Amino acid sequence: MAKVTIDGKTIEVADGTTILQAARMIGPDVAPPTMCYYSKLKTSGGYCRTCLVEVSKGSEKDPRPMPKLVASCRTTVMDGMEVKNNDSEKVTEARKGVVEFLLLNHPLDCPVCDQAGECHLQDLSYEHGSAKTRTDFERRTFEKIDIGPYVQLHMNRCILCYRCVKVANQITDGRVHGVINRGDHSEISTYVEEAIDNDFSGNVIDVCPVGALTDKTFRFKSRVWFTKPVDAHRNCDKCSGKVVLWYKGEDVLRVTGRKDQWGEVEEFICNTCRFETKKTSDWTIEGPRKLDNHSVISANHYEFLKKPKELTINTVKPLAIEGGNN
Amino acid sequence: MGKKLLLANDHVPGIQSYEVYRKHGGYASVEKAIKTMKPEEVVEEVKKSGLRGRGGAGFPTGMKWSFLAKPEGVARYLVCNADESEPGTFKDRYLMSRIPHILIEGMITSSFALGANTSYIYIRGEYYYVAQILEKAIAEAYANGWLGKNILGSDYSLDLYVQVGGGAYICGEETALLESLEGKRGNPRIKPPFPAIAGLYGCPTVVNNVETIAAVVPIVNDGGDAYAAIGIGKSSGTKLISASGHINKPGVYEIEMGITVEDFIYSDEYCGGILNGKKLKAVVAGGSSVPVLPADLIITTANGEKRLMSYESLADGGFATGTMLGSGGFIVMDETTNIVENLHTFARFYHHESCGQCSPCREGTGWMEKILHKILDGHGTLEDVDLLWEIQRKIEGNTICPLGDAAAWPVASAIRHFRHEFEEFVKNPNGIKKVKHYESTQNLVTA
Amino acid sequence: MEKKEIKFNEETMALVNNMISRYPEGKHKSALLPILHLAQAEFDGWLSPEVMDYVASILSIQKIEVYEVASFYSMYNLQPVGNCLLEVCRTSSCWLRGANEIVEHIEKKLGIKEGETTADGMFTLKTVECLGSCGTAPMMMCGAQFHENLNFQKVDTIIEKLKADGKRKTYLDEVVVNHY
Repeated sequence: MAKVTIDGKTIEVADGTTILQAARMIGPDVAPPTMCYYSKLKTSGGYCRTCLVEVSKGSEKDPRPMPKLVASCRTTVMDGMEVKNNDSEKVTEARKGVVEFLLLNHPLDCPVCDQAGECHLQDLSYEHGSAKTRTDFERRTFEKIDIGPYVQLHMNRCILCYRCVKVANQITDGRVHGVINRGDHSEISTYVEEAIDNDFSGNVIDVCPVGALTDKTFRFKSRVWFTKPVDAHRNCDKCSGKVVLWYKGEDVLRVTGRKDQWGEVEEFICNTCRFETKKTSDWTIEGPRKLDNHSVISANHYEFLKKPKELTINTVKPLAIEGGNN
Repeated sequence: MGKKLLLANDHVPGIQSYEVYRKHGGYASVEKAIKTMKPEEVVEEVKKSGLRGRGGAGFPTGMKWSFLAKPEGVARYLVCNADESEPGTFKDRYLMSRIPHILIEGMITSSFALGANTSYIYIRGEYYYVAQILEKAIAEAYANGWLGKNILGSDYSLDLYVQVGGGAYICGEETALLESLEGKRGNPRIKPPFPAIAGLYGCPTVVNNVETIAAVVPIVNDGGDAYAAIGIGKSSGTKLISASGHINKPGVYEIEMGITVEDFIYSDEYCGGILNGKKLKAVVAGGSSVPVLPADLIITTANGEKRLMSYESLADGGFATGTMLGSGGFIVMDETTNIVENLHTFARFYHHESCGQCSPCREGTGWMEKILHKILDGHGTLEDVDLLWEIQRKIEGNTICPLGDAAAWPVASAIRHFRHEFEEFVKNPNGIKKVKHYESTQNLVTA
Repeated sequence: MEKKEIKFNEETMALVNNMISRYPEGKHKSALLPILHLAQAEFDGWLSPEVMDYVASILSIQKIEVYEVASFYSMYNLQPVGNCLLEVCRTSSCWLRGANEIVEHIEKKLGIKEGETTADGMFTLKTVECLGSCGTAPMMMCGAQFHENLNFQKVDTIIEKLKADGKRKTYLDEVVVNHY
């Protein structure tokens, strides 16, 4: 066991636990944000650098601070380690930088993006970004491509978190998509636009933190915050059949996996459940989905309705897009 | 004349061939190690020698070797990093193409020390012809019993192979190199685990630079103490310096560490002074990544001491007034050189070579290049200079591998020491002439 | 262009098998980079999707694994190139010795811009980053040959020679080793 203190809060965790996992155990107040790490995907994390933290004391044995900020998702705790996340100015600065880098070539097309409202990049920018953009260079653009009948790749929005590649590697066999090219020309691609033809391919949509991989059956149907999530299940011979149905009126507009408070699906679901089973009669309804999410998507729903004072105009920070000269 | 350990026989005709190399004492270290030493004793000599990694980081080689995990029944690998790509550095190409057998010999002796039975030399793809030279040398070594089964009748066996890369600076980073050697994209791995624990194919692996491995030959032949006696302080032994730019005698020089920078630039034994008798403006002392220093700070430290060619002296003053020995890529710029333009070539380089895995480097390197381009085009503002400073600060230390730092440091140092040039450019873009370097250097280029 | 069957000739195939034999069992993917060089040399100087698929089939790996790698490294051409790909270095040390002017000179001489191919398919001009020839700058590479200490006259001679020879230059070519 190892005792670790994060932003002044101490917890004892099993050896081999990462700083990020320990922070999540303590709670959302101290948990660093993540864009690429996904606990269900082996070897994920380390790329986006949003979860950088400062280790101000290495361990009881070797109390020296670590010279650089470390990626909390890929650094394991040591007994007696002390970590600063929100308490560290260095971290705040670095994170602000990361947001700026991630947005540098991002189209900021939230108004026409299906992911808006449940987009991790939106949340991250809102919480850690700056209100102004400092670049007036043309942004990198790619053509949209269809990868298979159900999934659209909108590469302009991609932040290269590699989650979709890891999903393809780990839960589907015979991966046909990956990352091609190098540096800031890197793109998720099938190169020759081969369809991802696999029963679980739809999960790339759920793991995508931004609007790069979206559900074509839901395309432009509704803003997510106008739909109501409901837990439901069915007997499925391919997956657990445990899903969330997103209703608008009587219609199921889309089906997704069930996401936990960190935005990760609890279980991966199959394409039949996701894309082809959209009648209420196909499902056993369990009840409203509890959304423990800080984004606008939770604002309209049930007991998580935010109190009005939190929504007064003056306290709402502008999104990164405002004030920009893009 | 300084002592030469690696290039002592450089000018012997035919030294490329096995016969001549052998006649001049070649492969003695293998004989000595395998016949008279235990592997641990070889490691001990390397530790005693104080040899430090010659690829750029300067990490003590003996210590790196002693970190190698040795679990029962698991293969261990020695991989030679011949992916020399740091702008300003060409010593390894010189050594490999002139005296290929010294690398093969060093590989055998080092592999024996580490208990590796299969070793690889990963060479950058652009050195394809050098790879062919090495292939030939390896074939000769096999034919003469220095490689293969039961070398010199011992129970030690070794296979040595060359692999060519595909063109990517990042593969000089040891974990990216291992990925590439496994036939993948050259994306640096996230550490830990370090290669000493899980390297090539997940097995314990040591990755060493060409020059480092070659230095093992004289260390084993003459003993670690003799090697440590050369040089100065913790910068022991000799170092190959690649000298280029505005000097009279560009080329590779083996120096004893501790000679003065001034001597290195101006003496006829080395660079032979500045081209056309011009004044020295700046030096990048250890390959493109290390901070550029203006003439006064490269010749003397901020304390007024003569700066020496050694790890410690070049680093004296930290990044505020010092730099690094790095890979020994010594780029000299004369008074006509435009620092902003030179920096642009570096920024373009790092943008081109960023692997794209982590966001600060992927996005930041391109952004810096674009801003520099904008300034050179005459559209820059003073804010752009500040922005450049800010961007490099947000890349440095925040990336997966050192390429981020390598991209940040040249920008930081150029602004730190030559901010006035950026400002002149921004305020008076038409006033600054871009120098046509061809005109000032071409009449001196020898055919 | 005539349509070639995509299959290594026997000699190359022996080299391919030699490459594969250099790695432990099950780690044959390691041979991918060297094999791509061989493929590029044999199949008109570039890697078409068909060629990459062929390499994938030889190594029994997914096609995307080949695309990922081929598109990462700068020496693999994913578009057709001329018989002689002139790669001129222009990073610091070469720039300090007039690389920009060398590029301009070649552009003028061949009537093409950087990145373009001459109409007869003979030359493609490309600027590249540091090739480790800083002490013999400026330099360019064609096939595996380093052409060093360049000046305008030297460039002219090289181009004339290449033109007269007319053959495709590859990394597998014999090389004249320069002495400093």
